[in-house]
Amino acid sequence: MGKTTAEKIFASHLVDEPFTGTKVLRLDVVMCHEITTPIAIADLVARGKDRVFDATKIKAVIDHVTPSKDSKTATQAKMLREWARRHDIKDFFDVGANGVCHALFPEKGFIRPGYTVIMGDSHTCTHGAFGAFAAGVGTTDLEVGILKGVCAFREPKTIRVNLNGTLPKGVYAKDAILYVIGQLGVNGATDRVLEFRGPVVDAMTMESRMTLSNMAIEAGGTSGICMPDMVTVEYLWPFIQNEYSSKEAALAAFSQWRSDDDAQYERVLDFDLSNLEPIVTFGYKPDQVKPATELAGTAVDQVYLGSCTNGRLEDLRVAAEILKGRKIAPTVRGILSPATPKIYQDAMAEGIIDIFMEAGFCVTNPTCGACLGMSNGVLAEGEVCASTTNRNFMGRMGKGGMVHLMSPATSAATAIEGKIADPRKYL
Amino acid sequence: MKAFGGSVLFLDRSDINTDEIIPAKYLTEITKEDLQPYILEDLKLPGFDPKGEKTKAARVVVSRANFGCGSSREHAPWVFEVNGITAVIAESFARIFRQNMFNCGMAAIELPKEKIDALFAYAGTAETAISLDVETQTLTVRGAGKEETISFDISPFDKALVLAGGWVDYADQKY
Repeated sequence: MGKTTAEKIFASHLVDEPFTGTKVLRLDVVMCHEITTPIAIADLVARGKDRVFDATKIKAVIDHVTPSKDSKTATQAKMLREWARRHDIKDFFDVGANGVCHALFPEKGFIRPGYTVIMGDSHTCTHGAFGAFAAGVGTTDLEVGILKGVCAFREPKTIRVNLNGTLPKGVYAKDAILYVIGQLGVNGATDRVLEFRGPVVDAMTMESRMTLSNMAIEAGGTSGICMPDMVTVEYLWPFIQNEYSSKEAALAAFSQWRSDDDAQYERVLDFDLSNLEPIVTFGYKPDQVKPATELAGTAVDQVYLGSCTNGRLEDLRVAAEILKGRKIAPTVRGILSPATPKIYQDAMAEGIIDIFMEAGFCVTNPTCGACLGMSNGVLAEGEVCASTTNRNFMGRMGKGGMVHLMSPATSAATAIEGKIADPRKYL
Repeated sequence: MKAFGGSVLFLDRSDINTDEIIPAKYLTEITKEDLQPYILEDLKLPGFDPKGEKTKAARVVVSRANFGCGSSREHAPWVFEVNGITAVIAESFARIFRQNMFNCGMAAIELPKEKIDALFAYAGTAETAISLDVETQTLTVRGAGKEETISFDISPFDKALVLAGGWVDYADQKY
C-alpha cells in the first residue's frame, strides 16, 4: 500500500513511538520568534538547560512587534537576540533584516520537501507548501525542540483536497482557501493533514501555495501540504544548485516525497473552482464566508494588506494593478506591510510602493503587527477592517474590532470604494 | 496519582478561541504569573463576567466543541494555570491547545456531546464541583444534591505527560 507525503515524512523521521499512536519525530528546522520563544528560553535557563540541539537548524526572527514599541517588547527582543548570540545561531534576523517569519524563512531557502518543521506559531503550516510536514506548536514543544531536536505528534490522517478546474480572472489562492475552509468548517481538519492537489494547485506559484497552506490551521489542520514539483524546484534552485547536477535531478529527488498514487486517505474532497467568485468572511470565524458580491457595500474603516498569508510580492502586484492611478476612499485608512525587506525592495524597484503611496496607503516596515493587534494598525472599538490576513476572531486586530478576510485584489477594490467591493470590475 | 478538581466554570459555546482566553496584547508579558488578571478578558458570553467570583473560584472549565482554536500561544493554558484552573473538559479541542495543556501537566479531557450535555445540566446550580482522576480515567460531578461518575478516554502519551508533570523533563530524560 502506498503512503501519503505525511506518512513518508513520519516514517523517515521517527525517533520513538513511546505509546501506540504517538510518534516522536526528528526535526530538520526549529523556527523561533520573539513572542513565544523568550519564555521557552527563560524556562530552559531556569532549568539549567540553556542549550540548543543544533544551532544550524534553528532559525530566529523578531517579527511580531518590530521595532519594539515599549519596554516589554524591547525585553522580549533582547532575550531572543542575546540567546541567538550566546548559541551562535547564525540565521537570526533582527531590525533591518527582519520580516514576517512565514514569508522570510522560505525566501531564505530554509525549507525542503520532506522536512519536519515546528515553530511556536500556529501558521507554521505555511511551510507545507514545499512538501514538508510543518506544524505550529506551543512554547513547551518549542522548548523541547530547541533542546532536543524532537517533537511528538499523533500520526495525522490525511484529507486530500482536490482543487479542480482553473481559477477565473480576479480569483486567487486566498479565495480558494477561504472557500475550502467554508466547506470544511473551523474544526473540520483537526488532527488531520490537508493535502492540496489538483490542476489549480499545479498551476500555482510557490507564493500562492503558501497562501493555501497558511490557512490549513483555520480548518484545524496540523499541516497543509502541497506536492513538490518543478515549481518547487525552481523556487529553491538558488539554494540547492550546488547539491544537484540539474533541476531534473532535484525534481527526481524531491519526488520521493510525493504521495503515492495508491496512498490511502481518510477523505477525498473534490471542488471545481472554475466558477469560484472572490470570497470574503462576514463573521468572527474563518469558515463564515460569502461571495464578495453579497457583502458589497459593507463599509470599512481600514484596509490592511500584508501578513504571512498575503504580504508577498505577487500579492502586492495584484493589488497595485487595481490601485494604479486611483485613490483610496477618504473614509478609509490603507496600510501596506510588505512581508520581508526583499519584497519591500522588489516592490520599490517595480514602482509598486509608489502606486500604493500615491493611492493614499501608509507603508510600514515588514511586521506581523496589525494582524494580531499587537502594533502598527490596531483597530478601535467598533471599527471594521478589510484584511488580507488569516484570522477574523472578535477583537483580533484590537478589542471591539471586526475583520473581514479577503484576497489582496478584493482588499484593493475595497480600499478604493471604502466598502467591500468585487475586484473583478477593476481588472 | 494526579487528581484535579473543584468549582466548575461553564462556558456554553463552541469555538472559544485563544484570543478570547488571553488577548494578544498581553503576550508581551514574560512570566506566567503576570498573565493572571487577564483571564478570558475578551470572551463575550451571556451571563459571563471574566472578573466575577465564578471565574475566581473556578478550578475546572467545561465547554463545547473545538475549544482553544486559533493561536499556538501557550499563554492560554498558562492563564488558566495561574488562576488555579488545571483541567478543561470539552467535546473537542484544537490540536495545539490540547497538546499545550498536556505538555504543561494539565488535563484537556474530551467527552462525547451527550456527556457534555449531562455536565451542562448542572450549570444552573450553585456549587457544582468536578473531581477528575487521570489515573483511573474517571470524573465525578457533584451539585444540587446529585452526584455522578463519568469515565473518559485519554491517550497513553497524554496520560504519561500529566502524570510526569509535563513534557520538558520527560523528553530531556528520554531523548
